[in-house]
Amino acid sequence: MMIGVEKLTVRFAPDAAPAVRGVSFGVEKGEAFGLVGESGCGKSTVLRAIAGLNRHYGGRLTLDGEVLGPIRSKASYRRMQMVFQDPYGSLHPRKTIRSQLMEPLRNQGLPRSSAAVDEALRAVGLDTALSFRFPHQLSGGQRQRVAIARALILRPQVLLLDEPTSALDVSVQAEILNLLSQLRAGHQLTYLLVSHDLAVISYMCSRIAIMQAGEIVELVEVERLRRGEVEHPYSKRLLAASRTYGKERQPV
Amino acid sequence: MSGPLLDVENLEVAFGGGYIKAVRGVSFTLGREKLGIVGESGSGKSTVGRAIMRLLPSTAKITSSRLQFGGVDLAKASEQQMMAIRGRRIGLILQDPKYSLNPVMRVGEQIAETYLLHYPQGGGQKAARQKMLEMLAAVQIRDPERVARLYPHEVSGGMGQRIMIAMMLIAEPEVLIADEPTSALDVTVRLEVLALLDDLIRRRNLGLIFISHDLNLVRGFCDRVLIMYAGRIVETLKASELDRARHPYTQGLLASLPSIDRPPAPLPTLERDPSWAMDAPEAGR
Amino acid sequence: MTVPATDTLPSRPGFRGWLTEPEPKGWTQASAQQFYQGWLRFRAHPLGLVGLAMIVLLILVAIAAPLITSYDPIAQDLSQRLMPPSAEHWLGTDNFGRDVYTRIVYGARTTLHIVVLVTVIVAPIGLLIGTCSGYFGGWVDEVLMRITDIFLSFPGLVLALGFAAALGPGITNAIIAISLTAWPPIARLARAETLSLRQADYIAAVRLQGASSLAIIVRHILPMCVPSVIVRVTLNMAGIILTAAGLGFLGLGAQPPAPEWGSMAATGREFMIDSPWVIAAPGIAIAVVSLAFNLFGDALRDVLDPRGSE
Repeated sequence: MMIGVEKLTVRFAPDAAPAVRGVSFGVEKGEAFGLVGESGCGKSTVLRAIAGLNRHYGGRLTLDGEVLGPIRSKASYRRMQMVFQDPYGSLHPRKTIRSQLMEPLRNQGLPRSSAAVDEALRAVGLDTALSFRFPHQLSGGQRQRVAIARALILRPQVLLLDEPTSALDVSVQAEILNLLSQLRAGHQLTYLLVSHDLAVISYMCSRIAIMQAGEIVELVEVERLRRGEVEHPYSKRLLAASRTYGKERQPV
Repeated sequence: MSGPLLDVENLEVAFGGGYIKAVRGVSFTLGREKLGIVGESGSGKSTVGRAIMRLLPSTAKITSSRLQFGGVDLAKASEQQMMAIRGRRIGLILQDPKYSLNPVMRVGEQIAETYLLHYPQGGGQKAARQKMLEMLAAVQIRDPERVARLYPHEVSGGMGQRIMIAMMLIAEPEVLIADEPTSALDVTVRLEVLALLDDLIRRRNLGLIFISHDLNLVRGFCDRVLIMYAGRIVETLKASELDRARHPYTQGLLASLPSIDRPPAPLPTLERDPSWAMDAPEAGR
Repeated sequence: MTVPATDTLPSRPGFRGWLTEPEPKGWTQASAQQFYQGWLRFRAHPLGLVGLAMIVLLILVAIAAPLITSYDPIAQDLSQRLMPPSAEHWLGTDNFGRDVYTRIVYGARTTLHIVVLVTVIVAPIGLLIGTCSGYFGGWVDEVLMRITDIFLSFPGLVLALGFAAALGPGITNAIIAISLTAWPPIARLARAETLSLRQADYIAAVRLQGASSLAIIVRHILPMCVPSVIVRVTLNMAGIILTAAGLGFLGLGAQPPAPEWGSMAATGREFMIDSPWVIAAPGIAIAVVSLAFNLFGDALRDVLDPRGSE
């Protein structure tokens, strides 16, 4: 099992109510696993705890069998990277693309190779001539590609994706989702994808955990979801709401 | 049923001294119906809504062959006249109630203030308060008395939007422009708010312009849809006929939407044809 | 499936072309382009340009002092004392017969000396303390902020008086005294910026690469704080000039016979009624230079404010 989550509980402050309560699931190597739910359900919190951005958690997290402590080692950071939601906020506004792609290499003590940067850009479908631009000189889709390139330049095994296409236009979303699928196949990556959009999650993932109010209410394979075979009432509501528009108008 | 509520012909909006054309030759009419304007970022859809209300910065150049609202020529109206129209006859609902509601005023006060602003002779504070409570009930908020005393940060997204709707409808406008009103809401809440809007619009016989990037949403909610690309309307059609869209951009947009029922093959992506930005403007009637 | 680089502007020849090329080929070109964009935005502020022009003039005057004056700023000639402005003495002479115009011009050097040294001391200290305080939080923040509060509570002039009493008057000690009270606002500003920057996704991304806290502060957070610190420092310059002039007025700045606008104004007081030029010239010089920095700083804020554009 690539990612193991056992009874994860996360609080934002030592005495606050838990934002995430007793969440448990596992992600196999090479799998794409989805966490779906509405705002405030705790899905991003789970992701950030797994990433190591939040230290105040209880429960057990494992990466490829190794237990992950609240303080992470440099080596463990290398194996797991994250793509953030807002392409406008996940790139440093005052650094060139090239410099931002070199940064992971530098921080890991790896040689700062121009060739590695060029390769990373090409892998996400960007022209290497863009590398001396600043983020505000790129479109949303291009920025997100850079963010993906940055995540992949260290050749991680796991990619954590926090709503990677929510802030993008529909047509750009399709390109990015295709890119992500391609990369997963090409590099044998394991994905943990968080989204509020059931359509995106069911497109990308094979297994889905539906979250509500800090807990997983149901774990289901995507084919069963498509057939409507969900048990929990919240899952049914979510599925119905995600499907309804596009069909008939809701009666008043 | 006399003529359209809003008649727009050849609307053009340019920024940056006339060099950046955000809206180009847009023409459409609005009757007592739900008209959707769909486009991606940069398509100009929000600019159209704001141009109608003359809410753009003074650096924007707005020109049109016709910009009629009821009997008023919006292009030639003075700021005084526009102030009498904004809110009172045309309402604007924005995306995120966190940002469009005044954070330091209780919501009840804000709604009542709107009423008093547009009906200074309407009976004073008491009448305003009464109307405000009625309006909160009309947007299906249970316990309006309690909610009226809350501050915007104390209400959820869905409730915030209902409050926004209440605030806009209390002045009894004829037309509503809604700019991404449900984009910031959760999927389950979205449908409730839309159902509410639908009901209110039908009962009061209003015209609605619904601006959104979500084609699926507009498809299920609106009567007619305008698809915008690079400042132009590339297609106008009835929402029910979207499956038979003819313009390649619309078709491409529909095809690239992931859906729960679709198998995980690569999503068809849009090949942008530069000629779309140069098509002759479609007559949107 | 390569997305080609888009270029929206036709390429222009020459230096301007290099500055507007959509695909910069190196870091120098990319940075020069950003600077150029900033300059274009700045150019739209006429008053800011006026301020910049005045500052440039100040610098040129200071550099070219020997070339544009014909008298010795400290040589006395009592036969020429208190002469009104004339063809030989454009701004008249003071009570020691020294040409006022020459002393104003050489005084510009002193003013610049003070302003530059204070900035060079204050900005790095304030930035470092503020960013560390904001990033680490906890007890580091408490300790650093209490130290900042202590220095913030000293009135500049009083501290300078204390310094002068302890170490003797002189321009170096005046600069140190001014610096000691000028850094706390910078630190607080940097801390406030850091507190909000800390939450940004791009900082989280760098943490996930295993970067050390120091690396994050120095390479990622500091560059984001620099623009608002530059603006703040520029706007503070007027205050620094006035404080230095005040110290000079009290005899604690540049010591006579060295020309310094504040001390010139002090000596001019005695002769204000009969020979107003002796005090008017340095007074106007101080006011004009302060104004220049204010105008420049205001326009700079519009250009550099990260919340503004993009």
